[in-house]
Formats: sequence, C-alpha cells, structure tokens
Amino acid sequence: MADPAIELRGLSRHFGERTALRDLTASVPAGATLAVLGRNGAGKSTLLRILATLLRPHAGEVQVLGQPLPGRAFAVRGQVGLLAHEPLLYRDLTGRENLTYHARLHGVEAARVEEVLDSVDMRGRAEDPVRSLSRGMVQRLAICRAVLHRPKLLLLDEPRANLDPAAGELVEPLIGRTAGATRVLTSHDPQAAVAEADLVLGLQGGRAAFLGAPGELDPAGLKDLYA
Amino acid sequence: MRTALTILRKDLRLELRTFETLPAMVLLSLASFVIFHFALARATVDGQLAAGVLTVTLLFAALLGVNRLFVAEREQGGFDAFLLAPVDRTSLLIAKATALFLFLIVLEVIALPAFDLLLLGSSLGRSLGGLVVLLLLADLGIAVIGTLVSAIAVQTRARDLIGPIIGLPLLIPALIATARGSGPLLLGHGATFPQGKWLLVLALYDSVFALLAYAVFDYLLED
Repeated sequence: MADPAIELRGLSRHFGERTALRDLTASVPAGATLAVLGRNGAGKSTLLRILATLLRPHAGEVQVLGQPLPGRAFAVRGQVGLLAHEPLLYRDLTGRENLTYHARLHGVEAARVEEVLDSVDMRGRAEDPVRSLSRGMVQRLAICRAVLHRPKLLLLDEPRANLDPAAGELVEPLIGRTAGATRVLTSHDPQAAVAEADLVLGLQGGRAAFLGAPGELDPAGLKDLYA
Repeated sequence: MRTALTILRKDLRLELRTFETLPAMVLLSLASFVIFHFALARATVDGQLAAGVLTVTLLFAALLGVNRLFVAEREQGGFDAFLLAPVDRTSLLIAKATALFLFLIVLEVIALPAFDLLLLGSSLGRSLGGLVVLLLLADLGIAVIGTLVSAIAVQTRARDLIGPIIGLPLLIPALIATARGSGPLLLGHGATFPQGKWLLVLALYDSVFALLAYAVFDYLLED
C-alpha cells in the first residue's frame, strides 16, 4: 500500500452558521484517484479548496503530501495543481502571457509553457486574449495552468466541463490517470467520475455518506447521493 | 523581488491593455482643476489655498486607483492563483504598491502642468523641484496605505465604500504634511524647497506604514 497523499481526520469547516464539511475522515494513497460526489453545495469545492491550502480547516487534522495543514501550507503549495470552477486566468492577457506569468510564479522554465500549449493544441491561439476564446479553449488553458508546474496532487473540479470529446482526449495525458499524480476530482457526470476512480467519497450536507471502492457503490447508492 | 517584478509587469501590462485606472485618475484631477478654476472665481490661486486644492484633488484621484488595485485579482481569480504559488506573499504588496506609486507619478506628470496653467497662472517653475520631492514622498505613503486598504476592501462586498472610509482617515497625516509643505512653494515668489519638518513627517509616516504593511499583509490574504 502506497503512503497516503491525503489524510483527513475529523475535518470540519464552517462558513458563518453554515457547516460545509463535518467530521470528514478519509485517506487517499499516493497515485490514486478519489472521486468526490454529491449534490451542489454538498461540500465538494470546499474540500478541494482546503486541500489546495486556500481555506483553513476549522476542526480536525489534514495532511497533504505528508505535510500538516495549515501549518506547513507553504511546503504544499507548488506541489498542488488546482483546476477550479473559475479558470484563474486574466481575461485581458493572452493565453501565453497568462501561462508565462504562472510559470514565473512557480519557477518553471519557459519551455514548459510551449510544451503544455502544444499538448492541448492551443499554440495557434496562444496570442489571443483569453476573453476572446471559447469556453472550451479557456478550460484547456486552465488545465495548462493547473499542470504547468508538474504537481504531485491534482485537484480537479469538473475538469471536463465545456470540453468536447476531442478536447477531452487532448487533456487526458495532462489530467488523466496517466498523468501520474494523485487526483481528487469532482464531476457533474458521477458515472464517469466513478469509472476513473480508485476511491469514491460521497458527500451529503458536508458529511461522508459513502467512502469506499467504486465497486462497493451500487446504482441506488449513487442515486441517493444526488437525492 | 523577482516575484514582485513578475506581478508588477503583469499589472502594468493589464493597465496598458485595458486603460481602466490611469485615465480615470487623470480625468478626475483635470476635471477638478477646471471646476476649482471656475468655482473659486479667481484668475489664480496661491499659497495654502492652492496647496489645498492640489493635495485634495490628487488624493481623490489616487483613491480611484486604490479602489481598482485588486479588482482584477478578485474578479479573475488572480488572488487564488497567487496564493497557490510557493512565493512570499509580501511580493504582492511590493508589486501593488509599486504599481500604484507609478500610476501616481504618471498622474502628476499630467496633472501638475494643468494645475499650473489653470490655477497658478504658470508660476510654478521655480519651486517645481521642491514640489516634486514633496509629492514623491506623499505618493509613497499613499501607495503603501492604498495597497493595504485596497487589500482589505476588496474582500468585502462594499469595497467601493470601504476603500475611502478606511483610507481617508489613515491618509490625513500625509494630507496635512503635503498641503502644509507645499503651501509656501505655491506663493509665486515664495520658497523653492519645502520645510524639512514636513519632509521628515512624510518620511516617518511612509516608514511606519511600510513596516506595518509588511507585518500585516500576509494576514490580510489569509482565509
């Protein structure tokens, strides 16, 4: 069994009076893929943001890549790639300018920018401002940004949103199983997420309603998560 | 420092591409001078009155820049992207304060000749050097305080109100020192260099708030 890349023990997080995550306990081995499922507002994005060090846990223990959060957040940043709902790209900069900016922040060589642009077939539109690109193209650039620094942990919130099948194939080597990173992903398509997961965490109202292997989750159980 | 330069370069590029901040600052100051020109119903103003008009106009124009300083970071996810990078967060403070400082310099390069023409009757020549030194020190303070205030305000829903509400009281010492220091320079044939005590007040003010900003900026970005 590989060392855990993520360890959660009794994790809770509130936003004012509302509890977004409650007493969550889970362990994800390095290199594995965790699919986080649940209805809108179940706590999926909050979990991803805590793992990305953008939010602090309010109770419980969180370890990411062997480092406790939030205490050792600095050591984790740079090893985590977050693909969020928002692309985290400046609309008035070109794709290449955006990626070059992020490459410099992460201390990544300039050649890597061209490499990722090539891999998602965006080199031809790299000089266009992001605001002029289609949603699918922006998503491809957002994926480039998330993997630019070769993260060990990929946090993917609806990674294939706005991508057509051809674009989905293009990004596969960057964010798919073959990328070699530990992955935590959410998806609007639960069947697809379960199909590529080693572990499934079902959230209901911030609580873990299911945690186990994909084979242990029957169709009725999957349907319950979205009821 | 390298990270701060990267962020600064990005900010300047964004401004050059969108012209969302500087033109508004310049237009506000020019419009204010025109309004004062007619409202005061005098061919020229001088001394403390001229200093007050100049200082208040530049301060309000600066507040426009302060309000816009972190808008792209907030609206386009720049904050999150920055926070995900393994870099010293103070670099964001340095970059934003430097960007605002540069905006203020460009503003004054355009606004000072207009002020001289519309309200001083082109009498600024002799004391221009002294005024520039005073304004540079004031700009430094405004840039640091403005960045601090903007970082707080942008996290709130009422950011357009919070900026001036917090910023103006904090900027009062700089306003006093700049207005009092520049009054004698705008007397026509008055002093050519500001009194040392006002330069000292501004330098002290800049140093204190620069240290304060350095100490608390990390916490402002925390969840």
